[in-house]
Amino acid sequence: MVLEVIVALPLAGWLINGLAGGRLPRGVVGAIGCGTVGAACAASVMAAGDPAVAGGGLTATLFTWLSAGEFTVSAGLFMDRLSALMALVVTGVGFLIHVYSIGYMADDPAYARYFAYLNLFVASMLLLVLGGNLLVLFVGWELVGLCSYLLIGFWFDRERAASSGRKAFIVNRIGDAGFLLGILLLATTAGNLQFDRLAAASGGMAPGLLTAATLLLFAGATGKSAQLPLYVWLPDAMEGPTPVSALIHAATMVTAGVYMIARLHPLFLHAGYTLSVVAAVGAVTAFFAATVALVEWDLKRVLAYSTISQLGYMFLAMGVVMMPAGMFHLTTHAFFKALLFLAAGSVMHAMRGVVDMRRLGGLAGPMRWTAAGFAVGGLALAGVPPFAGFFSKDLILEGAFEWAQRGGAMLVWIAGLATAFVTAVYVTRAMMLTFAGPAADPGHPHEAPAVMGLPMAVLAALSFGGGLLGARVAGEPLLRYLEPFFVDSAIGVLKDRPMPAAGVITALPVAVSLAGILAGFALYRDRREVTLGALGRFLSHQWYIETLYDAVIVTPAKRLAHLLADVVETRGIDGAVNGVGALVGRAGLAVRGLQTGFVRNYAAAILAGTILMLGYWLFR
Amino acid sequence: MMGLPMMTILIFLPLAAAIVVAAIDRKKTGALYGVGLAGSLAALALAAVVFVRFDPDQAALQFVERMAWIPSAGVSYHIGVDGISLPLVMLTAVIMPLALLSAWGSIAERIKEFVFSMLVLETALLGTFLAADLVLFYVFWEAVLIPMYFIIGLWGGPRRSYAAVKFILYTMTGSALMLVAIITLYLHSGPSLGARTFDLAQLRQLRVAMPLQAWLFGAFALAFAIKVPVWPLHTWLPDAHVEAPTAGSVVLAAVLLKMGTYGFLRFLLPLFPQATLQFAPLLSALAILGIIYGGIVSWAQPDVKRLVAMSSVSHLGLVTLGVFVMTVPAMQGSLLQMVNHGISTGGLFLIVGVLYDRTHSRLLGDYGGVAALMPRLAPLALIVVLSSLALPGTNGFVGEFLILLGTFRANPVYAALATSGVILSAVYLLWMYQRVMQGPVAVKERARMTDLTRREQWLFIPLIALIFWIGVYPSPLLRRSEASVRALVQDVRERGNAAHLASHESRVTSHDR
Repeated sequence: MVLEVIVALPLAGWLINGLAGGRLPRGVVGAIGCGTVGAACAASVMAAGDPAVAGGGLTATLFTWLSAGEFTVSAGLFMDRLSALMALVVTGVGFLIHVYSIGYMADDPAYARYFAYLNLFVASMLLLVLGGNLLVLFVGWELVGLCSYLLIGFWFDRERAASSGRKAFIVNRIGDAGFLLGILLLATTAGNLQFDRLAAASGGMAPGLLTAATLLLFAGATGKSAQLPLYVWLPDAMEGPTPVSALIHAATMVTAGVYMIARLHPLFLHAGYTLSVVAAVGAVTAFFAATVALVEWDLKRVLAYSTISQLGYMFLAMGVVMMPAGMFHLTTHAFFKALLFLAAGSVMHAMRGVVDMRRLGGLAGPMRWTAAGFAVGGLALAGVPPFAGFFSKDLILEGAFEWAQRGGAMLVWIAGLATAFVTAVYVTRAMMLTFAGPAADPGHPHEAPAVMGLPMAVLAALSFGGGLLGARVAGEPLLRYLEPFFVDSAIGVLKDRPMPAAGVITALPVAVSLAGILAGFALYRDRREVTLGALGRFLSHQWYIETLYDAVIVTPAKRLAHLLADVVETRGIDGAVNGVGALVGRAGLAVRGLQTGFVRNYAAAILAGTILMLGYWLFR
Repeated sequence: MMGLPMMTILIFLPLAAAIVVAAIDRKKTGALYGVGLAGSLAALALAAVVFVRFDPDQAALQFVERMAWIPSAGVSYHIGVDGISLPLVMLTAVIMPLALLSAWGSIAERIKEFVFSMLVLETALLGTFLAADLVLFYVFWEAVLIPMYFIIGLWGGPRRSYAAVKFILYTMTGSALMLVAIITLYLHSGPSLGARTFDLAQLRQLRVAMPLQAWLFGAFALAFAIKVPVWPLHTWLPDAHVEAPTAGSVVLAAVLLKMGTYGFLRFLLPLFPQATLQFAPLLSALAILGIIYGGIVSWAQPDVKRLVAMSSVSHLGLVTLGVFVMTVPAMQGSLLQMVNHGISTGGLFLIVGVLYDRTHSRLLGDYGGVAALMPRLAPLALIVVLSSLALPGTNGFVGEFLILLGTFRANPVYAALATSGVILSAVYLLWMYQRVMQGPVAVKERARMTDLTRREQWLFIPLIALIFWIGVYPSPLLRRSEASVRALVQDVRERGNAAHLASHESRVTSHDR
């Protein structure tokens, strides 16, 4: 029952605010929006405490959703350790961001619509993480995509916002087409989409099929979680309101791909080289996006590329079979990236929407708390101990190193290490450009109201102390909690980790991060523009990837559409139809001469016909 | 109640209302529309009773009525409903009142003739879906053309006569060949069945030898494929849609096109199982071409109505594919998707109609920012769009998923190609939504863009309810179609293969001789 309640609460909030929100006072709208998510969070805590969650999992089967032939899928919910963690992150961070939104969106005329969409998102995300089978997961997966579309294009009267929302939807659909085919392949070979049945069947499935299926599912993850080659929608998604960027495009939705791999890890483990592909994509994406973040001027886009990069780390962790570490990083990232976005939102709130860092600066004075929050988030992101990001990122790099020693590619670890350095540089740059130096704006920036400040404070505390969830000194509670779930995958790695040998490996990322911070500080101390020549041009064009897509895919597709619509359709196919019509018409004209209207002509024709027929009958 | 000829009443109730309409003074607009609506709503109520009483476990026809009609020629008045026709009967019964309601206030000239035509059309459509005798079917099938011809030709746009003539000539060409095939079947039925007959159930026993069966299959298939329309026989459709009035477009897209896909299931497959199995790859290939081609061409349309019309080519390509891959989930999905397409595309044409009534423009370029001016329309339109692009949670997903699942089982390559439709539909539909609804306000006469009236809201509320109901809980529909679909798939597979073997053997023996 409790599982249904968790999903139903934000869904009810959506219905109330969506249908009647326009007529309700703002206070009530905000209270419903926040209250339902807060209550869902409380219910999630309750559910997570249920002993069934730690055992085989808490299930709730609602009804038979689809049944055709022998194929049956039920609408069911399911909570085990993994989904308990996800539900807590989604509702917990979600609640904080809802509260923050009360202040951030206070002056927006479409206040009720905003909270309705946000609640719908939380409900969809909960459906995704609590779905009892792969198809229910997919329903949530597509519905969060819808909410992302709606919220990116929230200010739909701006052409760019509307286009960015559409782009997000379509790019995600491309990945989802792959995801759907993966589901079809699994449904056809395993005959069932229940997670436990899939896991049980995966051992007996042909490795080739399983590799194909998991690669197709991963194609969906590259869309939803903005990895190469489908990352292109996420930077543009920054057109949406900033709390949305924090919640959907940093803390929760974009991590769905990581969750999906964790959920289906038995399949991925049995699937030949899929995990190597995941590790490679994660490593390359992590490095690529970090380098682009280095040259972005738009504060939110820096954070967007940073998110892509950090998601790359999570996939890297999944790929090197350090899955609990991946989930750990997902959690800490939710804290510190949400914090960074909310701090950026606070800056925008004070600066009337300015996000170009060349027009910011000197905000550390008037916005002391926001600056402190950003600094905490930045240190966590850079991986400086004892901030949360340090522990999770460190564990991932350790895993990558061990993976290399077990025969994996050392390049993955090197890419991870290089990314750590670049990350420290770009976050220092963002910090310096935004908060240091003389005030760039003659206006009077002001600190955010308490309703925005408090959620940031909570997230700052979590970004600072959240590392304890996985720190060795604290007994790695989160990792231990997840261990039984990953029992057949990472436990060996976790248990037999050679502690002393890893000393240098642990120290190296910290050294690299500190070096990055120092480099960033040296480069951007006086907020100069650092031009990197040809390399800078390459980076500021995002490695020319979108340019390539435009030239190779988008433009030819548009040309093809017009060729088909304007030439093939009108002149070719319909031309042939009208041609046949004209031909019949002309033939009619040609034989019209026979219809003379004179009886003697017809009589002659009848006579001739009779003679011919008689002749045929007689002589055949 | 059980003694009543339910199906006959259902079919002819709209016609009875049409006769009442004919007797009403033409100036009494309210009475004309009122009687029309009442007639179609009464048919809906009766259809709902049939739906509830329908026995899902029975594969054969239910509510059967049978009388001799022209005994000397083996023609009978034989009607009944099974799991294949029931969804389409329900669809017709739901769409017709909505189409009439959409015209109320929109069509102001010759209202009497219009309402009359719509009611006659409903009777003809219901008859088409319920007939179990080939002559009776053919009479209803052709009877559909006449009111539709007038609806396009009298209440249509500027090029209405071109479109109406194209519509009728194109579809008649197919029908004429089908008539020849029906008569050929009849002539063949004498020797092997004992007496010549047009009765579908008896003709199913007939084993037509192969080259002839292929020709007969071709004639039927052509008639149905034009109606669907299967690529490349689709070019009558955009013209008909663009010129037809809103109510006409709604019925055309929602119901008339399904006559073709229904024809595949009801007649083509069971009458010619061997030829079906033989030509299924060809029809599947055309269906896939239609999915992709229709999707791409939709994207490049400057005219909203043409865009939606081309999207039907794409969507019905998927339905056709689901028919010919010959698996139970795909065929059930196809049937459901026929209903879904009626709901979503009917809804899209209603949206276009609502906009056209205000601006008298169908060009995307004349719109922009409508969501700001019509805040009640925007979310309703979005839900219809999402249903059309098959978002999970809406009806479209259930149908598409089942079709793709069944297709994948039969041929993964077909399924992979068909899945591109998932991407394409998002491309052109969201493009359309953005051009019309989003961006800065670009409509010239803002004052005319008043939000939905109460009447207009009621056009969408039933559709939205169906979108979510079927999306979340499709079991009532799926359960009712399962037995009939399973029986059909099994029948076609068994007789198709057996006949194939038999003809192979006979060829071998004749060769030996």
